[in-house]
Amino acid sequence: MAASCVSCCAALSCRLFLGGRVNLARRQVLWKAAAAELQTVFGSQILRLRHTTVVTTKKNVASLRCETYTVDFIKKQIEEFNLGKRHLANMMGEDPETFTQEDIDRAIAYLFPSGLFEKRARPIMKHPEQIFPKQKATQWGEDGRPFHFLFYTGKQSYYSLMHDAYGKLLNLEKHKNELQAKGLFSEEAKTKDLIGSRWLIKEELEEMLVEKLSDQDYAQFIRLLERLLTLQCGAAEKEFLQSFRRSVTIQSKKQLIEPVQYDEQGMAFSTSEGKRKSAKAEAVVYEHGSGRIKVNGIDYLLYFPVTQDREQLMFPFHFLDRLGKHDVTCTVSGGGRSAQAGAIRLAMARALCSFVTEEEVEWMRQAGLLTVDPRIRERKKPGQEGARRKFTWKKR
Amino acid sequence: MLKGMRRLISKVHKAKHEEQHEGQHYSLPLQDMKTIFPHGLPPRFVMQMKTFNEACLMVRKPALELLHHLKNTNFDHPAVRYVLYGEKGTGKTLSLCHIIHFCAKQDWLILHIPDGHLWVKNCQDLLQSTYNKQRFDQPLEASVWLKNFKTANERFLSQIKIQEKYVWNKRESVEKGSLLGEVVEQGITRVRNATDAVGIVLKELKRQSSLGIFRLLVAVDGVNALWGRTTLKREDKSPIAPEELALIYNLRKMVKNDWHGGAIVLTLSQTGSLFKPRRACLPQELLGKEGFDALDPFIPILVSNYNPKEFESCIQYYLENSWLQHEKAHTEEGKKELLFLSNANPGQLERLCAYL
Repeated sequence: MAASCVSCCAALSCRLFLGGRVNLARRQVLWKAAAAELQTVFGSQILRLRHTTVVTTKKNVASLRCETYTVDFIKKQIEEFNLGKRHLANMMGEDPETFTQEDIDRAIAYLFPSGLFEKRARPIMKHPEQIFPKQKATQWGEDGRPFHFLFYTGKQSYYSLMHDAYGKLLNLEKHKNELQAKGLFSEEAKTKDLIGSRWLIKEELEEMLVEKLSDQDYAQFIRLLERLLTLQCGAAEKEFLQSFRRSVTIQSKKQLIEPVQYDEQGMAFSTSEGKRKSAKAEAVVYEHGSGRIKVNGIDYLLYFPVTQDREQLMFPFHFLDRLGKHDVTCTVSGGGRSAQAGAIRLAMARALCSFVTEEEVEWMRQAGLLTVDPRIRERKKPGQEGARRKFTWKKR
Repeated sequence: MLKGMRRLISKVHKAKHEEQHEGQHYSLPLQDMKTIFPHGLPPRFVMQMKTFNEACLMVRKPALELLHHLKNTNFDHPAVRYVLYGEKGTGKTLSLCHIIHFCAKQDWLILHIPDGHLWVKNCQDLLQSTYNKQRFDQPLEASVWLKNFKTANERFLSQIKIQEKYVWNKRESVEKGSLLGEVVEQGITRVRNATDAVGIVLKELKRQSSLGIFRLLVAVDGVNALWGRTTLKREDKSPIAPEELALIYNLRKMVKNDWHGGAIVLTLSQTGSLFKPRRACLPQELLGKEGFDALDPFIPILVSNYNPKEFESCIQYYLENSWLQHEKAHTEEGKKELLFLSNANPGQLERLCAYL
């Protein structure tokens, strides 16, 4: 254990620096920096996504233009990853056997806190399969003969998949004809499996087959699968088809509805918050009222002299046809006048959810009343006068 | 829609307006408007008058209250001060105009200063006063006001006689016993003496109303200008206090209740005021300590937004004049929208409806 640690330390400590490139050839360089045990152990696994190395493989030099990772290399990486995972679990004081990927992420975020805004630039530790792009193993043997019979089509996995699918289709049709000849054929409806799921998209299919496809190829494939669907299938075919379906989550179930609270006089009210740009607002909507709105203790007509802001406040009530029926008291801070109006609108819409049916909540969500507006002031870049505006261009 | 919310066209005295008329509009003859209101109507109302070709005012509670008080005034007591205050756009100036129209019909002498703020800001030329060296004259404003005063009160000018001799300069003077009209003419023609003419008019009217020949109504819009600050500066860029302006000084004397035989109706206004925060609308805030003490025993009257009845009535009025062209304006939902957006504020409602 100690020996392997030391070798890890010596060999892989250079990997840690986050801005650097991973270079396998330089593994052997001893890094003298006083690396803590932490760093030395995890040097190998803390990688950035961007690493480009040129690895010379034993054969097939001619086919190499882009980088490839040999199968051995990937295996080695997987071993190191597992080892590193156990070390990490030990360090965090958890059980190495039941250490999941989420635990790994949390541990890394704790040990290497990063202030970078871009989430993909932060340190990660994931299984090598997710980090290294999938590649095809060498497809021909020592004598130069390809392994797969469809190699010379260019897209061997795609065409082999089409071939299999078509074979299945023919089998099913034959089966159906036999049944019809015997008179035992019966219709079935089987649309239940398909609700809540969708076919693979082209990118997903490409990822699965590890080769580039064109739009027509993809369309052809989907048409074949649809044809398969129309026929009656056995269990094996159903499984085959399900492997190409992805589920679609329904958005609206995620909407959080505030509970209704009751205050001293027995009036029902509900509170919620909203924000927009840098304005934060908290609104208390009473169920029975006459349509008065008070912002920070001031009447909304005086607080928002501009009609546009008042129209924003009117939107949720007008949408639900409840213009004069609720009383609102809200507090708001930060932002400008328009941002404050938007923040109060969001807060009021969320508070109204608790007095309103599920369907109307869904309508509100589709109208965009319940979505936080993600637009933020864009940062000013150096070399430009503002976020987009460039300095005046002078010809000379 | 409430029944009976139609406009009540009455060409008779406003004296007949009782509480049941509240919320209804009545129209004023345009000829009257030209004589009684050469100045002093809010500009948007003037535009509306021109568009609809008629002048219609709504009868509202503050005005009714004031009318009631005025009808029961005892003219032997010192003049009572009424102050109309409220949020921006609630109808203080129009209520004042309502009162003025009533008094004009009752044959009172109307002393109407359309906007006190006009006298404390943006004055082009200030002259050192001929009468009193420390004070400043404002010839332009004074002459404009005198012209309007003349139009409003033609017949009185030929009745009232001044009781003192005033000397303008070495060659001109006004004898005792001559008509007030002459003083006004002098002020209009000789612009340099206009401020002094105004001062004389005010002094004489105050003195003579106590005699009981006529009733005097002093109506000042934007009275908080008298006690605020000015934006005017002397040549050496030092600011001028309101007391140093002759017009303001005389007006302050007018607004003091040491005379009898009439009434003083005042309006506060934040819109033209200088150096006051936007949300200030109470007398204490707008008048400041000095002004409040000077006006101290007064009757405050709050002018608030429309109540539902008045709102309906206003919308009906606009619909009848085909001012609201939008299809939804007739429906209940449209009315609710307008109510929400304007929060029953007359000024806001008028501005909103201008787009429809």
